[in-house]
Amino acid sequence: MIPINWYLIVAAALFAIGLFGVFSRKNAVAILMGVELMLNAVNINLLAFWRYRAPTEPTGMAFAVIVFAVAAAEVAVGLALFIAVYRRFNSVVADDINLMKW
Amino acid sequence: MTAMQIIFLITAVVTLFAAFRVVTTPNMIHAALWLIVALFGVAVFYLLLQASFLAMAQIIVYIGAIAILMMFVIMLTRREMRDRGPQTGSQWPWAAVLSALMFGGIVWMVNSTALPASPVADVPETSIADLGRALVNPNGFVIPFEVASVLLLAALIGAVFVAWTRRHS
Repeated sequence: MIPINWYLIVAAALFAIGLFGVFSRKNAVAILMGVELMLNAVNINLLAFWRYRAPTEPTGMAFAVIVFAVAAAEVAVGLALFIAVYRRFNSVVADDINLMKW
Repeated sequence: MTAMQIIFLITAVVTLFAAFRVVTTPNMIHAALWLIVALFGVAVFYLLLQASFLAMAQIIVYIGAIAILMMFVIMLTRREMRDRGPQTGSQWPWAAVLSALMFGGIVWMVNSTALPASPVADVPETSIADLGRALVNPNGFVIPFEVASVLLLAALIGAVFVAWTRRHS
């Protein structure tokens, strides 16, 4: 049987890679990809704890389903914003979108 | 080492390598394709955890909808696709240090916590039916489920509104 630590450490690595992508990428769509990786890492954690702690109850799976719905909503709004920004600035590079930068 | 552990390790290596390529490759289309590989690896983790419904939902929702939507947006904003220069900001070493610290902190915390070595019980055969009933049960998750539905509807209407082209303005 696989120890739960393995899942948690892989999820931590995935989360750290996603965090690096969010911090370091210049393209806004790539930043959103980093956020997706982080959400997936969170879901692995939720399901690992569901499997090892309370597999007879649907609580952990219900939580993961709701994370799915929120991730889909976030991507839909984010990508629509990037399309609108691209129309206005002709770029989706985060450095160029500095209209509200102090 | 059992077969499950070998499958886990192979999946972990593939998923983490794909995720690393997602955040480092300069070509955005390649990043989206690597994202599909990483999401597929996560679906394999769900199968190893015996959450078969969520593994299928992962493939349909993430790979079928989200990754393809991202690819469309990359192509629609394709001036960036021709940029073959560095796609990371000048502050990337700080980002790497912060991410490594985060990873180290989580690993330290996982190793210093008493965790169950093996599952407390087997997953019941009716786990998917139980999930479906729990999502519409007034004593279960019907309110979070409906709130998530309304959130998704509002987000999609908002997305259409934001991306709409106004012809006469």
